[in-house]
Amino acid sequence: MKPPVFKYLRVASVEEAVLVLAEYGGDAKILAGGQSLVPMMNFRVAQPAVLVDINPVKELDYIRPQDGWLRIGARTRQRSLERTPEVAQKCPLLAAAVKWIGHPQIRNRGTIGGSLVHGDPTAELALVATLLDAELTIQGKGKSRTVGPADFFEGVMATRIDEDEILTQVSFPVIPPRSGYGFRELCIRHGDFAIVAAAAQITLGENGRYAAARVAVSGAGAKALRIRGAEEVLVGEIGSAQVLDAAAARVPGEVEPIGDLKGSEAYRREMAKVFVRRALEDAWSMVKEN
Amino acid sequence: MSETLTIRLRVNGVEYERAVEPRLLLSDFLRESLGLTGTHVGCEHGICGCCTVLVDGATVRSCLMFAVQADGAEITTIEGLAQGGKLHPLQEAFWDQHALQCGFCTPGMLFSAMELLRENPQPTDPEIREGIAGTICRCTGYHHIIEAVKSAAQKMAEESK
Repeated sequence: MKPPVFKYLRVASVEEAVLVLAEYGGDAKILAGGQSLVPMMNFRVAQPAVLVDINPVKELDYIRPQDGWLRIGARTRQRSLERTPEVAQKCPLLAAAVKWIGHPQIRNRGTIGGSLVHGDPTAELALVATLLDAELTIQGKGKSRTVGPADFFEGVMATRIDEDEILTQVSFPVIPPRSGYGFRELCIRHGDFAIVAAAAQITLGENGRYAAARVAVSGAGAKALRIRGAEEVLVGEIGSAQVLDAAAARVPGEVEPIGDLKGSEAYRREMAKVFVRRALEDAWSMVKEN
Repeated sequence: MSETLTIRLRVNGVEYERAVEPRLLLSDFLRESLGLTGTHVGCEHGICGCCTVLVDGATVRSCLMFAVQADGAEITTIEGLAQGGKLHPLQEAFWDQHALQCGFCTPGMLFSAMELLRENPQPTDPEIREGIAGTICRCTGYHHIIEAVKSAAQKMAEESK
């Protein structure tokens, strides 16, 4: 239960980080909040030869609304997402989801970028990024690219980021007017890993019908999944309990749960449907009130 | 032993300078290098919450941080909570309400409750439950802990009037 020996390198800028990563490549691992990496090192499941501590990289700690997006530095702590009023105003679904991440003690250290790169299939931030088509900006020595969730999340604890690259920014689209959202999570106790979580965002058009709908679930596949069938059912419809039921009914056919001790495949499939229905209800209630 | 790095930090108001191995956890540094054994180590993987301390004023699980990362930080452990021999109102309330049996989780409970009350001075029962959910008590003493946090909140509100 003690981490193995490693070489510790503290960096103060992105430039320094990418130089170190280019030098050490696969032997190095970035240490951000450490809330997943350090337990894995304590168990010796992870034994990186070099740790690149990016905690001093202040340039990656920001939350900035810009051109219809909320741009967030990858080293921003989860607690900052929780406390910054702009997050609740511009991307309220993200603010709602963050409260479900572990406990305050975890969120005080945990970072948005660390959680996304870690790729836990039940992570709240990955679910929101998948739902909202977040843009992830990745940097390496002399290269930079921006990708969407489909090109980033691969599977259980697997994300497409090269050994010499670092995630620098995550951008979420600002919530459109006349929109409602819902975030629901099934877990045994607050702060536990989710068994299943569901997120939804719907936008009303001028004609009172759903102009856009986004639905996603986690805990029902190797990564968070968009439920396109449910979205198709909703778009163009007028909100009603029947329409939401019909959308939720599409969930079981579009998920690929992996059963484990916390929930069998069948249970997760059923709960994914139930929690999508509840998230949709929350979203619908919100647009109705407007 | 691998190479060591020198760190300087303040713990409970006292300056320390020590050479540490990078792999040394902050929890082990506090207990073994500084002899501050009030920080308890339960699970060593960030589940039990017993090792919670304040790092620059925020609660942190000291088993999920390396001592080298605390270079330049201001740390408060349970030994630093009482001021001038006077217990913190939360400590007094824990005593009065029998909010501990074996006492193993108590340091973590106190810091979790402290952060909760700092942000939400009059929490409801569900908010207290959520606030302390990151610390596990195996004496099943949660009910008394919730009573103690409520009573401390009341006392702290009266004192600040």
